[in-house]
Formats: sequence, structure tokens, C-alpha cells
Amino acid sequence: MNSISVRALLVRGMLAGLASGALALLTAYLLGESRVDAAIAFEEAHSHDHGGGEELVSRSLQSTAGLATGILVYGIALGGIAALVYCYALGRVGRFGPRATAALVSLGAFVAVYLVPFLKYPANPPAVGDPDTLDQRTALFFLMIALSVLLAVATVILGKRLAPRLGNWYASVAAGAAFLVVVGIAFAFLPSGENVPEGFPAVLLWQFRLATLAVQFVLWAGFGLVFGHLAERLLVSKAGDRQGDEAASRTATAAR
Amino acid sequence: MAQSAAPATGTPAVPAITPISLKEIAPWTLFFGILALILLYFVGAEQGATALISGEGVHEWVHDGRHLLGFPCH
Repeated sequence: MNSISVRALLVRGMLAGLASGALALLTAYLLGESRVDAAIAFEEAHSHDHGGGEELVSRSLQSTAGLATGILVYGIALGGIAALVYCYALGRVGRFGPRATAALVSLGAFVAVYLVPFLKYPANPPAVGDPDTLDQRTALFFLMIALSVLLAVATVILGKRLAPRLGNWYASVAAGAAFLVVVGIAFAFLPSGENVPEGFPAVLLWQFRLATLAVQFVLWAGFGLVFGHLAERLLVSKAGDRQGDEAASRTATAAR
Repeated sequence: MAQSAAPATGTPAVPAITPISLKEIAPWTLFFGILALILLYFVGAEQGATALISGEGVHEWVHDGRHLLGFPCH
């Protein structure tokens, strides 16, 4: 009954995740690596019990192949998840076309998966963060992501519920405001994760965190644009075939 | 269910898209959603707070990615 294929969208999502992961990798390499190196230099100058000697993976591998593995796998995995969310959102969030829906899903993912958790538990360069509190910080970080994603889903549902009464614009504003209030309450009550060693340069910490934000922004902006393009091509040509609309399928074929 | 989508009044800028039924999405989500979460676990948390594989190899290999993707690393 439905010719939109989940498989086709999922494959495109993972491909778009790989492509935007490559852009994010470039960003991380250009903006992030110098800060990681500077932080490691600080760490080595200030730690006394650094178990030196054997280095399991060299810095030059960590900053290239290792970094690429991490970011590309992250991109593919989140691209796949975002494509599945997209399958559900398509035709349900409102009267948005394939590209606009992709942009909205990407924006939502950036805010819910990274930006909101980041504002409470920002990324830390090497040397920042007490290894003894790693378990707690990891648990809080993933808890914050889960909470933020659940709240984002609740916000969309609330917005849809309010829309018939308030209209789309004010329903979106009201739901967004409710999201901010609940996130603010969560921020106020969850414990802080900051543990910056004395003498760690504030500018370096700021630049490192800004770089991680840039990596995520590039990842999600890239994903939204690339996946939106691929989805539009897939869905518009499908719709054209269905309606026997020759012009639409001709355009779609020509676009290939 | 999908067939009953009522034509909207007025002239929409974008033609309505028939939503994909949950029944179609669910099996993909179950399999690939879990697969993706496992991948994210290995990139983000393995050999950090918890470990399935002993040693430091995974942690050291994705070390820079972990820091720059915002995961607590050490």
C-alpha cells in the first residue's frame, strides 16, 4: 500500500551520515586536534603519576585514523537512527516536504542529542575531569541525553496537541517554551560535572569546547542537507511514478 | 489507514505525504536502532566507565574522537 521504502531511506541516512561525518572529521582535525595536543601537553607537564612508557596507540594514529574511526562510525550510526526518526516524522510532523522534514529532524537531533546535554555537561579535553568520577560523569552524560531526547519528543507531541487550539505558530512557541522551562529545571537540579585542574588555561578550555560544538554543528547541518537532498530525490520521483506524472519523473531522472 | 488521508482544503504549497505505517518502520528500528546504539557504545563508552573487552585498545584508538564528540573519556 505504501511505496516509500524504509530500507531506501535508512541506506540514504547512513550514507548521508558517512558524508557529513567526513565533513565533521575535517572540522575536528582542523579545529580540534591542536587543542587536544595542547591539553595533553598540559596534562603531561602537571601529572606525576602518568603511567608513561608503553604507548598503546601513538598520538599520530589517534589524531588521524583513530579520530576518523570514531567520528565516521558516530556519523553512520546517528545517520541511521536519524533516518528511522525521519521515516516516522515524514508526513506526521506537519505539512513539510522531504527536504524541510530532513532539516527539522537534523535541527531537533542537534539540539536534543548534543546542544542541550552539552550545556550541562560540556565536552572536556584531556587533563580536565577527575578519572575517579568518570563513572558518575558518564552516567550523567547519557542520562542527560536520554532526558533531553525524551523532552524533545514530548515537546513535539505537545505542539501537535496544542496546534488545533493555538494555531501552528503559537503551539510551537508554547511547546518550545515548555521544553526550555523543563530543561532549565533539570539543569538546576542535576549535579555539576565541572572539575577543571588548577592552572588549566581558560582560553584553551573554551576553544576546545567551541571546536566540539562546531564538529556537531557541521555533522548535523551536513546530514540535514545531504539526507534532505537524497530523500527528496527518492520521494519526489516515487510520487511522480505513482501519479503517472511524466514531468516529475522526467525531472527526477534528469537529476540523476 | 494510509489511504484515508483526507485532501486538505485550500491549495497547499507542498502535497501531503502519506506517512509510513509504524508496522513497516518497527522491524528496521528494532534491528538497526540496536545496531547503531551498539556502535555508539563502542565509540563513546567502551573501556571507559564500563568494559566488555579487557584492555585499553578500543579506548586508546577512539580517544580523540571521544574527546571531540563530547563523551566523557577519562
